[in-house]
Amino acid sequence: MNVIVCVKQIPDPALPGELDPSTNTLKRDGKLILDESDSYGVEMALQLVNTAGEGSVTLVSMAPNDEVSGLRTALAMGAEKAVLVSDPALAGADALTTAKVLAGAVGRAGDYDLIIAGTESSDGYTGTVPEQMAEILGLPSVGFAKTITVDGGTVKVDRQTEAGYDEVICTLPAVVSVTAGVVEPRYPSFKGIMAAKAKPVDTVTAADLGIEAVSWAQQISSVDDAPAREAGEVIEDDGETFNKIVEFLDGLKVI
Amino acid sequence: MSINNIWVFAQADGDTASTATLELLSKANRLGGSVTAFVVGSAGGAAAAFADHGAAKIYETGDLAGALPGPAVSSAMQAVISGGDAPDLIMFPQNYEGRDVMARLSVKLDRTVLTNSTDITVDGDSVTVQTPIFGGSKLVNSTFTGERPFLAAFRPKSFEAAGGAGAAGEIIAAAVGELGATGGATVTAVHVEETSGPKLDEAAVVVGGGRGLGDAEKYEMIETLAKLLKGAPGASRAIVDAGWVPYSYQVGQTGKVVKPTVYIAAGISGATQHMVGMKGSKNIIAINKDKEAPIFGVADLGIVGDVHKVLPQLIAALQARG
Repeated sequence: MNVIVCVKQIPDPALPGELDPSTNTLKRDGKLILDESDSYGVEMALQLVNTAGEGSVTLVSMAPNDEVSGLRTALAMGAEKAVLVSDPALAGADALTTAKVLAGAVGRAGDYDLIIAGTESSDGYTGTVPEQMAEILGLPSVGFAKTITVDGGTVKVDRQTEAGYDEVICTLPAVVSVTAGVVEPRYPSFKGIMAAKAKPVDTVTAADLGIEAVSWAQQISSVDDAPAREAGEVIEDDGETFNKIVEFLDGLKVI
Repeated sequence: MSINNIWVFAQADGDTASTATLELLSKANRLGGSVTAFVVGSAGGAAAAFADHGAAKIYETGDLAGALPGPAVSSAMQAVISGGDAPDLIMFPQNYEGRDVMARLSVKLDRTVLTNSTDITVDGDSVTVQTPIFGGSKLVNSTFTGERPFLAAFRPKSFEAAGGAGAAGEIIAAAVGELGATGGATVTAVHVEETSGPKLDEAAVVVGGGRGLGDAEKYEMIETLAKLLKGAPGASRAIVDAGWVPYSYQVGQTGKVVKPTVYIAAGISGATQHMVGMKGSKNIIAINKDKEAPIFGVADLGIVGDVHKVLPQLIAALQARG
C-alpha cells in the first residue's frame, strides 16, 4: 500500500496575513509551516500503510524558496520521502497550474495506490486542486472523506454531504480528499524529528516536470478594504449582562 | 463579444430547486444575455422555478446512477460545448458538487477557476469577480484574462434570488460520455442526519458555540438557547474538528454561510475561518472571556464574560419570560 499525500506549507495562520503590495498575492517570505489541514491526510496515510502491513507514504508539495520546514514535520510523523517543486515561476500560481505541477510531482514519486489531499488549504482555499489532479491523472476521486477503508482494489469512503454523509466505493488508484477531524494527527516523536532530517527530499523545478510556459488566465485587478462592520458596545460581565442580551433581543423582536 | 451566454450549474432536491441555484440564475439573468441551467440529474418539478429565475433553456444529465457528479456532469458539459453551444461564463455554487464539477471541467477545457467569490461584474468583455479574504476584511477583485468560458464559483447568499423572469423554455438531455477510470466512484448509500427546528442557513436566529464552551457536553446550552429563540444551533470549525458536533453544524469558510437577524457567538474567538461564514448577520452578539478576541470587532453587543455563567442566566431569563 503506497500512499502519496499532497501537503502544503503555509504562513503561520496564527499570524495576520499580508499581501505583497506589488503583486497582490499572499506574502510567503517568512517561515512556512505544515498546513494543519494536511496533517490529517498524513496521519490517515500512515494508518492505512500500517493496516496494510507494507508500503510507504510519500509527500508531494509545491513551495517557494526550497522551503522544507513543513515537509520535515510530515516526514517526522512518519512519511518516508518527499518530492518538492520549488520554482520562482510558480509564485502566485492558480489552482489549475498547482494541480498540473502536483500531478507532475506524483509522476516522480513512484508507484502508488492512493493519493490523499486536504479538501482545501487554510491559506488559499480554492478547494479544487484534488479533483483537478484526479482529472489530469485520469483517476476517480472522492472529496470530503470522513473515513477511508482500503479493501483490495477498492477504497470505501464515507463522504460528507450537506445533509449528512454518503457511503462511496471507489476503484484504486484514486484521489481522496479528507476533512479535518477524521483522525487525530500524531505529534512527531523526538526520534521521528531526528530521522526526518535524513529523509530524502527530491527538489525539482516546473521545467524538470516538463511543465513549460507557466501562466494563468486570471489577474488581480485591485484589492479593496471591505466596508468595516462597526464594533458596538462591549461590556464586562458583572453577573447582570444577560439582561442586556435579553433587551437587545427584545429590541429586535426575536423574542 | 460581451457576455451573451451564461450557464449556471443547477441542483434540485427532488422537485425543489436549490436556493443557491436560484440565487445564481437570478444574478445571471440580471447580468443579461441568455441564461441556461445545467442540471445535475433531472430538472423535474424544479424546472419551473429555474425558468422563473431566469433559465431560458435547461440541460439535464438525467439520473447519474450513483456516479459522483464531478466527472459525469463535466463530461456532459464538455460534450455540449464541443457541440457548439459555447457559454461565455459558467457560474457554480461553492458547494461539494459545484466545485467538483468545476474542477473537472477546468482541466477538460484548460481554464482557470476563481472560487469563493461573493460578487461579479461584467464590463464589456471583461468579467471580474470579488472574493473576500482575511476573514472578509479585504476584497480581492480578480479579472479573467484567458479564453472563454470563464469558470467562477460563488458562496451561498451572495445574490438575491428573484422570480418572475419568464416562462419555461426547452429542456434538453445532455448525455454523460464514457468516463473510464475517472468514473470509478459510486455512491452506495445515502445517510441524512436528522435535525429538528429551522435549517441553519435559513434560521432567523443562529446560536454558535466554540471552543470556549470547554467540553462537548456544554454544547447542550447552545442547543437549549437556540430552541428557546426558535433558531438553529451552529458551531465553529474547532469544535466540529474536535468531534463535539457533526459537520452539518459548521458555520464558516468550509461550512455554512449564515445571515440571520441575530447571530449569537458563544465562546467563539472569531477566527478568519468562522468570520467569513457569519459576518453578514444583521446583528451579532458575542460572549467571550477574552476581551481581545476578534469577534468583538464585529459584534453589536459584546459581553466579556464566562459563557458558563452568562448562558445559563440568559437561558433562565428567557425561560422565565415563557
